[in-house]
Amino acid sequence: MYRYDEFDHQLVGERVKQFRGQVERRVSGELTEDAFKPLRLMNGVYLQLHAYMLRVAIPYGTLSSKQMRMQAHIARKYDRGYGHFTTRQNIQFNWPALDKIPDLLEELATVEMHAIQTSGNCIRNVTSDQYAAAIDGEIEDPRIISEIIRQWSTFHPEFTYLPRKFKIAVTGHDNDRAAIKLHDIGIVIKQNELGDVGYEIHVGGGQGRTPFIAKKMADFVPKAQLLAYLEAVMRVYNMLGRRDNSYKARIKIMVHETGEVEMRRLIEAEFAKIDASQMLAVPQAEIDRISAYFASPEFENLPATSATLDAAQAQDADFARWVRANVVAHKQHGYGIVNISLKPIGGVPGDATDVQMEAVADLAERYSFDEIRVTHEQNLVLPHIRLDDLKTVYDALNAHELATANLGLISDTIACPGLDYCNLANARSIPLAQEISERFADLDQQYDIGELKIKISGCINACGHHHVGHIGILGVDKKGTEFYQISLGGSADENASIGTITGRAFTEETIVDAIETVVTTYTDMRQTDERFIDTYRRVGLDPFKERLYAE
Amino acid sequence: MAQHSSKGARFQAVTANRLSDGEVVYLSPDNQWAETFAAADIADGPEAGDALMARALPADFELHVLEPYLFEVLQDGTQYKPASVREIIRAAGPTVRLDLGKQADAKRES
Ligand code: HEM
Ligand code: SF4
Repeated sequence: MYRYDEFDHQLVGERVKQFRGQVERRVSGELTEDAFKPLRLMNGVYLQLHAYMLRVAIPYGTLSSKQMRMQAHIARKYDRGYGHFTTRQNIQFNWPALDKIPDLLEELATVEMHAIQTSGNCIRNVTSDQYAAAIDGEIEDPRIISEIIRQWSTFHPEFTYLPRKFKIAVTGHDNDRAAIKLHDIGIVIKQNELGDVGYEIHVGGGQGRTPFIAKKMADFVPKAQLLAYLEAVMRVYNMLGRRDNSYKARIKIMVHETGEVEMRRLIEAEFAKIDASQMLAVPQAEIDRISAYFASPEFENLPATSATLDAAQAQDADFARWVRANVVAHKQHGYGIVNISLKPIGGVPGDATDVQMEAVADLAERYSFDEIRVTHEQNLVLPHIRLDDLKTVYDALNAHELATANLGLISDTIACPGLDYCNLANARSIPLAQEISERFADLDQQYDIGELKIKISGCINACGHHHVGHIGILGVDKKGTEFYQISLGGSADENASIGTITGRAFTEETIVDAIETVVTTYTDMRQTDERFIDTYRRVGLDPFKERLYAE
Repeated sequence: MAQHSSKGARFQAVTANRLSDGEVVYLSPDNQWAETFAAADIADGPEAGDALMARALPADFELHVLEPYLFEVLQDGTQYKPASVREIIRAAGPTVRLDLGKQADAKRES
C-alpha cells in the first residue's frame, strides 16, 4: 500500500493548518461566506440540508485496517456513528461541525489521508478496479499508475483551475469494474503483441445532466509516454473547454461538440509538441518505489480447493449462498475475493457504522493482508481471503449484519444520498432503495431474477449513476413533490450504454410497483440464461413501455 | 439558489444553516435564529415576506448563519407547516434515520 513520503506529509500538514486558519477567519467574520465557500470546498467540506458534510478521499478505493479504524473513530467522535461510502470510492460524513473539522483533518492526516481534491474544478480522486491485484487476467495492478497520476495531478499548477471538475479511472482488466467509459479520462491497461504494457485511452465520458460514453482516443500509448499524453489531453481541454457555462464545461461536451476525429487530432498535435526530452517520463526509480508499495502479498502455496470450505458449505446453506453470490475467484489458488455487501435488506446503501467499520478492519488485518477496498457500487471488498478462512470471516461479518448475499442482484442498489441529506436533491433516493430491497427480499427470487443493477439519483447530477443502471431511477421535483423517472438499458461495464427514459414519471406511491412491472416483463420474456440487460437489448424498450403505461 | 416559494405563496418563513455546525435554523419573531420550525416567525403576504427576509440580513448575519432564504409555509388548521418535501425534511431530519436530526431531539424532549 502506498505510504506518504516526507513531501506528502508536509503538504497535507500544511494544508490542514491553512484550513484551520481559514475556518477561524470565517467564524470571526473576517471572511465572508462567498470568500470561504471555495476554500471549504477545496477541503471537501460541503453544506447539506441538515449539517456540513465532509468527503474524505480514498485513493483508488484502497484502505488499510488502520485507515478504516480511523474512519470508525471519526464517525464516533465527530459524527453520529456512521459514514457513507460513495460511488467515487470515497467516504462521506454527514454531521461534522465546521469548527471541529480542522481537528478531524489533523487526526485523518495521521493515517495519511485527507479531503483535498474531493471537490472543486481540479483532477479528483483517481478511481480503480476493486479487484486490483487479486483478480486473474489482470495485466498490471492499476493502482500503480493511479498513484502516479495522483501524484502528478495533485496541486499541479496548470490543473487547479480547470473549466470544471475532472475525473480519471483506471482498470488493468478487460472486465471493467471501474466504469472507465463514464469518466473524463478512462484508462485501460493493455499489452501489445510484443508483450509491452501500454494504455488505451478513452476521453469524454460522464454522467450528470448530459451523459456521454467516452470515445476511444488512443489504442496504445506506450508506458513511458502516459503522463505526456494525459498532459496533452488536459492542455487541449484547458485551452478549449468552455468556461462560460458550467453546464457545458465538462470535457465530454467538448468532445461531443468538437467531434471525435477532430478531438483526436487536437490531442495528437498537442502531444507531438511536448518535447520528447522533457516527456514527463517518470524516472524508473520512482516507478519502482511506487510499485514496491503494491508488491503482491506473500500468498501461501495452497491447493485450488479447500476441504474446510466444502464441508462448511455442505453444513450451512446460508453460508453456501453467500459464497456463491459474494465470493469471486482469486488469481491465487486457495484464496477468494470477498465482497461485503453494504446493502442489507431495508438498509441504507453504502452506510456503515463505526462498529461495522472496525469489524471489517479487524478481519482485514487478520485475514486479508491488511487490505480493504471500496467499490464504486458502494460495497466493500476483502481482496485476499484464504478459502480455509471463508467460514470464519463469514461468521464475523454475519454477526455485524455484513453478510447479505446479494452482490450484483436487484437489492444491491446504488443510491445517492438524495433529499434525505443533499442540498441539491429533487427527491429522496434511499427510501426507494429500501422499499425495492424489501419488495424483493426473498433471496431465491433475487437469484432467479439474476444480475440486475438498479441505480438511483435524487437529481440530474447523477451521483447515483442512474443513467447507467440496467434500471435507472431519477428523482424529479414537481412543485415541491417527489416524482420518479425510469430509464432502462444503461450499463457501466465494458459494454457501457446510457439508459433510455421510459416516459412519464411515477409518484412515490407507484414507483416500486412500476419497478416490479419492469422486472416481471423481463422474467416473462427472457430466454434461457438471459440477464435483464441481454433481454432488454434483444427486445428493446417497447414491451416494457407497453406494460408500464397500460391503462 | 432554487426557488423555495411558489408564485402565489401566501405564508413564508426564513431559514438558514448555522455557521458553527450547519444546524437548520429559523428566524424567530424576536430576530433570533431558533432551532425549531415551531419557533419561526411566519410572514403573511409577499410584503411581509420581504420584510421578514430583510430582518434576516443585518450587517453581521454571516457571523451566525449561511445562505438564509424564504420558503413557503402552509396553514394547517391553527398550525403551520413547510410546503415542500425538502423543507419538511429540513425541519425534521432524514426520513431514513428517525433517530437523527430535530425529530430525534423532539422525541428525547417529550
Ligand atoms: C451533498 C452531497 C453532494 C453534492 C452537493 C454533489 C454534487 C454533485 C454535482 C453538482 C454533480 C454534477 C457535476 C457535473 O455534472 O459536472 C455531481 C456528480 C456526481 N457525483 Fe455528486 N454530490 C454529492 C454527493 C455525492 C455522493 C454521495 C456521491 C456518491 C454516491 C457522488 C458521486 C457523484 C458522481 C459519480 C457524479 C457524476 C459525475 C459525472 O458527471 O461523471 N456525489 N455531484
Ligand atoms: S444526484 Fe443530486 S440528489 Fe443525489 S447526491 Fe448528487 S446532487 Fe445530491
